[in-house]
Amino acid sequence: MLPEIGQFSLILACVLSLLQTVYPLYGVQTGHQGAIRSAKMFTILQFIAVASSFVILAYLFLINDFSVTYIATNSNSALPWYYRLSAVWGAHEGSLLLWVFLLATWSIAVALMSRNLPVESIARVLAVLGLLAFGFYLFVILTSNPFERTLPYFPIDGRDLNPLLQDFGLVIHPPMLYMGYVGFSVAFAFAIAALLEGRLDSAWAKWSRPWTMAAWMFLTVGIALGSWWAYYELGWGGWWFWDPVENASFMPWLAGTALIHSLAVSEKRGVFKSWTVLLALSAFSLSLLGTFLVRSGVLVSVHAFASDPTRGLFILGFLILVIGGALLLYAVQASKVKSRGRYELASRESLLLLNNIFLIAALIVVLLGTLLPLVHKEIGLGSISIGEPFFNRMFTILIVPFALFLGVGSLFRWKRQKLGELVKPLLAILLLSIASSLTFLFVFAPALTWLAMLGAFLGFWIIVSVVYEIYLRSTHRHRFISGITKLGNSHWAMSLGHLGLAVMIIGITMTQNYSIEKDVKLATGEHITFEHYDFHFDQINALNGENYVGTVGTFSVTHDQQQVAVMHAEKRIYTVQRMPMTEAAIDAGFIRDLYIAMGEQLPDGAWAVRIYYKPFIRWIWLGPLIMAFAGLLMICDKRYRTKKPALIEPKHNSGEQNA
Amino acid sequence: MNPRRKKRLLITSSLILGLSLAMGLTLFALQQNIDLFYTPNEILKGKNETGVKPEIGQRLRVGGMVLTGSVKRDPDSLKVSFDLVDNKAGQVTVFFDGILPDLFREGQGIVAQGTLKSINSIEAFEVLAKHDEEYMPPEVADAVKGMPTLTTEP
Repeated sequence: MLPEIGQFSLILACVLSLLQTVYPLYGVQTGHQGAIRSAKMFTILQFIAVASSFVILAYLFLINDFSVTYIATNSNSALPWYYRLSAVWGAHEGSLLLWVFLLATWSIAVALMSRNLPVESIARVLAVLGLLAFGFYLFVILTSNPFERTLPYFPIDGRDLNPLLQDFGLVIHPPMLYMGYVGFSVAFAFAIAALLEGRLDSAWAKWSRPWTMAAWMFLTVGIALGSWWAYYELGWGGWWFWDPVENASFMPWLAGTALIHSLAVSEKRGVFKSWTVLLALSAFSLSLLGTFLVRSGVLVSVHAFASDPTRGLFILGFLILVIGGALLLYAVQASKVKSRGRYELASRESLLLLNNIFLIAALIVVLLGTLLPLVHKEIGLGSISIGEPFFNRMFTILIVPFALFLGVGSLFRWKRQKLGELVKPLLAILLLSIASSLTFLFVFAPALTWLAMLGAFLGFWIIVSVVYEIYLRSTHRHRFISGITKLGNSHWAMSLGHLGLAVMIIGITMTQNYSIEKDVKLATGEHITFEHYDFHFDQINALNGENYVGTVGTFSVTHDQQQVAVMHAEKRIYTVQRMPMTEAAIDAGFIRDLYIAMGEQLPDGAWAVRIYYKPFIRWIWLGPLIMAFAGLLMICDKRYRTKKPALIEPKHNSGEQNA
Repeated sequence: MNPRRKKRLLITSSLILGLSLAMGLTLFALQQNIDLFYTPNEILKGKNETGVKPEIGQRLRVGGMVLTGSVKRDPDSLKVSFDLVDNKAGQVTVFFDGILPDLFREGQGIVAQGTLKSINSIEAFEVLAKHDEEYMPPEVADAVKGMPTLTTEP
């Protein structure tokens, strides 16, 4: 009975989402106040309906109801309860339910937290969100129903969750990532609503900015979590593989990063407006493209766990409809958007434009590398794969001007910057960053390479210029100590966000240049030494887990005769699916990780073992966390809380008449 | 030309220059990093679609089934070699120095990435096995379709 109720409330949510689109739009057209105000009510009802559907599925997982096909294929009674819960989004059907649930969550957040906005604008935004939700509900109900039953012959036990997904990282990675993906729908809806209205002004940029930042923040954390998970769970010690599925999440991130910068310009200076709208449309379109790539199974990828090509057509159709419709609307309406502000070539506006150009260039590189193999195969030239070196080389090239301009950019004034003023400070920053990066490498790196020097220099260039900029702005009108307390949240957010990137650049530089990776053959009692570390293979024991068996190798690690760690690397076999898994042993540290993963046992009883030394790898995830925190700071800036209904209302009414 | 036009010309031309530079660079990098996929049969007889055989020294990916009993290990290191077969009687040898993936087994489909060493052997730098019970790269699935399952359950 319960699964049927779940499905029923899903269908109810689908109908409500359609009403949420039709009624408010009708109201806006005819000026019917009741219909306009109904948007909020329908949003709340739709949220309740889909939330109950989601809760029911989660509950069914908890009570092991294997009469539901989706649960029978993705869970097992031996699975611990927390993995039974996260198994809800462990495969196709459930992750789509999570998707629509999160879309409803964002919608209700917009409905409840936008009291300062004119009701008509909010009605339009909610209507667009409703339409998107409607498409996804149809997709879930028609092609991927999570509540389908196995009746009458239901299995006694389930086929278990993919062991790769039985991990804490996978409990939180998909919800975070999806919050980001779906969150861009709000920016998208704001953009579409503004285009429908034919009115794009700084107020529009101001409204959509915190929402965009929130989505970007979740996406940043989501991607970082995914990278961290791949590092410790896949057992190869890599942190980014340029796998199509990773690229699918990286593309909206690049577009979103461009968008938050361009929105800042639109809000503060009233320029770049139509470009900002286009970015808002692209960010969400790329999220949809990512969903299509991942969920349709068109990719050859280690992530393609449960994909079904027949579903691809539906998403592709939806994708074309949404992106095509949005671009059409853009083509018709964008000419009405006039940018008022003027700026010189040497100005912060220009540098932010450069930021956008480089981010879009990076986006195109990733898009090309991801889609080219598909196109190549489709036109009958055979399958190809595009190697990591392509992406690595392109990003190494792109990051150089990007980081250099980033450092300069925050020093530039809006509108017009006299270049002469900056020569001295920039020379000082240059010298300081060269000196500090070289010192850093002398202390932490065993040898100097050109690439490492370049990377470290870029990182310190950003750090030094950020610090200088803070000093400059806080001593502008006050003394340093009193001035620094007067900097606003969003200023700190900018500085911190940039520092996060610097931390990440340094982390990547150190990891990529100074990692030591040894694949060795070791028997118990043998040892291997490198980089002052000695790894001694002590013993091998049997292992008995809740739903797996296996072996565990114990290694004691010493650094210059000092005991550092005793590490336990596991080789598990999950009993239900008979699937072997490698649980790497990691001794994590701020400036280095030690990583041991058991390979296979060789015929003579010795083991193949991966022993890695990874300097500064934590910084790669620390950077994005700092960036995400910066995003949070910006959302908390008080200018997004102040009420200005008196200012907005009259403006809005005049816009209404024009449209 | 008035100064405003001159400025615009400068901006436009530098944009075009930058764009073409970027395109050229990208295409160059792409060209060096595209790895074609071959089945063992295609390595010996040329690609199905074009009939082109890979050249020795070329980077490529090969996918097929690991021939049962063909896995040979070096006793002192992690060096290993095995034969890959497909449903068209192609057979090539793969040499690899490293740790084979968890799901590598005789009689199962795998993909190896590396360079062609001789007309029928590949020096692999990466070996990938399918990641769960249901998933197999479509190319490999095509290459081994119809072959008797050689899998021996562990």
